[in-house]
Amino acid sequence: MVYKKTPLMTDKVLSYCPGCGHGTAHRITMEVVEEMGIQEDVLGVAPVGCSVLAYEFMNVDMSEAAHGRAPAVATGMKRLWPNKLVFTYQGDGDLAAIGTAETIHACNRGENITIIFINNGIYGMTGGQMAPTTLEGMKSSTSPFGREADIMGHPLKITELIAQLPGVYSVSRHAVHKPAAVRKAKRAIRKAFEDQLAKKGTTFIEIVSNCNSGWKMTPVKSNEWMEEHMFPFYPLGDIKKDGKLVK
Amino acid sequence: MEKEIKLMKGNEALAEAAIREGVDGYFGYPITPQSEVLEYLAAERPWLRTGMVVLQAESEVAAINMVYGGAGTGKKVMTSSSSPGVSLKQEGISYIAGAELPALIVNVMRAGPGLGAIQPAQADYFQATKGGGHGDYRLITLAPSSVQEMYDFVHTAFELAFKYRTPAMILADGAIGQMMEKVTLKPQKERLADDKIKELYPWATTGRKKDAERTFITSLDLDPERFERHNHALQAKYKKIEENEVIVEMLNVEDAEYIIVAFGTSARVSFKAMDLLREEGYKVGLVRPITLWPFPKKEISQLAEKVKGILTVEMNAGQMVEDVRLAVNGRIPVEFYGRMGGMIPSPEEVVDAMKQKLIGG
Repeated sequence: MVYKKTPLMTDKVLSYCPGCGHGTAHRITMEVVEEMGIQEDVLGVAPVGCSVLAYEFMNVDMSEAAHGRAPAVATGMKRLWPNKLVFTYQGDGDLAAIGTAETIHACNRGENITIIFINNGIYGMTGGQMAPTTLEGMKSSTSPFGREADIMGHPLKITELIAQLPGVYSVSRHAVHKPAAVRKAKRAIRKAFEDQLAKKGTTFIEIVSNCNSGWKMTPVKSNEWMEEHMFPFYPLGDIKKDGKLVK
Repeated sequence: MEKEIKLMKGNEALAEAAIREGVDGYFGYPITPQSEVLEYLAAERPWLRTGMVVLQAESEVAAINMVYGGAGTGKKVMTSSSSPGVSLKQEGISYIAGAELPALIVNVMRAGPGLGAIQPAQADYFQATKGGGHGDYRLITLAPSSVQEMYDFVHTAFELAFKYRTPAMILADGAIGQMMEKVTLKPQKERLADDKIKELYPWATTGRKKDAERTFITSLDLDPERFERHNHALQAKYKKIEENEVIVEMLNVEDAEYIIVAFGTSARVSFKAMDLLREEGYKVGLVRPITLWPFPKKEISQLAEKVKGILTVEMNAGQMVEDVRLAVNGRIPVEFYGRMGGMIPSPEEVVDAMKQKLIGG
């Protein structure tokens, strides 16, 4: 058999738009849990956003969190169950706007959790509004003529910011739009989980993803647009590795 | 066994009670007049005594969400704050109630609205007893009026919170938090072992067992019919709490012609006022609701059959008096006397109010 669905994904039909990267990000996260054989010791935290129902798809024990509060919820879990593997799965609005304080302080305390951050530069669930990571000039329903930095502020590179914090052990940026990228992202999640179990500190993985519905493009076109526009501003690769910033 | 008695501040007694109750985690943020809770815990280092986790969060918002996270895993967790901070926690409290998790929230009230004043007040009665955050939910609300009760109610609150899987609040005020009194301490209770938690609380997320169904904690349901059923279930639970969990202290009500209803610091003042009025020959009793929700409706309703009038005394503009009036339902006069802004009424003021508004009037 070439491909088999991990039993750690439920049979529920994904609520994501066809072509969206969330499903792949969910799957590789759960595949890593399965391959590591740690299902009984995993606790996940779902955000508010498109992946608000992540706990319906990921077949492990999970908690829903209020908008932006996933790192605080995960902190409560991890401090009280220090031997569990705790991860959050959050979008850009959740992690980098309303939850900025929780994100930065959980990372700054070096909470032994893994944060999986899906950055598609838009509020998908509420219908395509401007996100903290929306690129300059990029159109959204609340920046219909494109993001103007002098009025709306600049796109926030929160991942680079977080990498500066001493409590953070590793930070890397990935994509899931091509098989090679998916394999790389999956290896990074596995490494992050292993580092967490070795109590190394916060591990942070950004996945730059498309939002074909919100961007109003076909899935194929949106992936091309992502490579062309998102990757130059949010370059893929390691930002901090094993506790050291990558030059 | 010899009693262990100590002179303590209300906030310190609460913190020591948390350690001895076997609480697993405390998450807080400094705010006057309750900062001694976190300070006491930081100095006591209960992680060395019992393994209890103590964490100073980056905000009240983060603290309540740490509580939500911990509560969802079946651990005994709590937070404390004062009025403005408790306002910030309301979103999280609503989620805790919606997801049906046990937790303790302590509010050592100061005067509001806004940043207000740091002196004692009771103006968060509505917030505590009517919901506070969004949606239809209730908080079991306990109102201590002594340092001993600050200590004892930690146990009571957790008992009720776990019995009903619902958040409970200790609603104190700055005077109860700051004053020092003798406290009888109880022996250290052991924290529950992880395996015991898994056995006792199958609803908790503690890791999905092989071949078992996963558990998840959420307050979200996008199916309105199913979500209405969930709301009905919550309401049925609240009804059960109203029927079974009222705690009220009633003093001198047997021969009383007039009643004072008051809680917390106001009840202490009113106790003295009752004595002064009795010395003058007036038959006055005191009803002190200990659970503000569930409210002692039945007890007050029964008293309305035999007394001439009720004076409600509060450190606010008149909040609990609305519940007293609902219980009395127009049968006898219900008057109100209150101070605001961090002012505490004196017994003499209460005596005068009773005479002017009820006895003489």
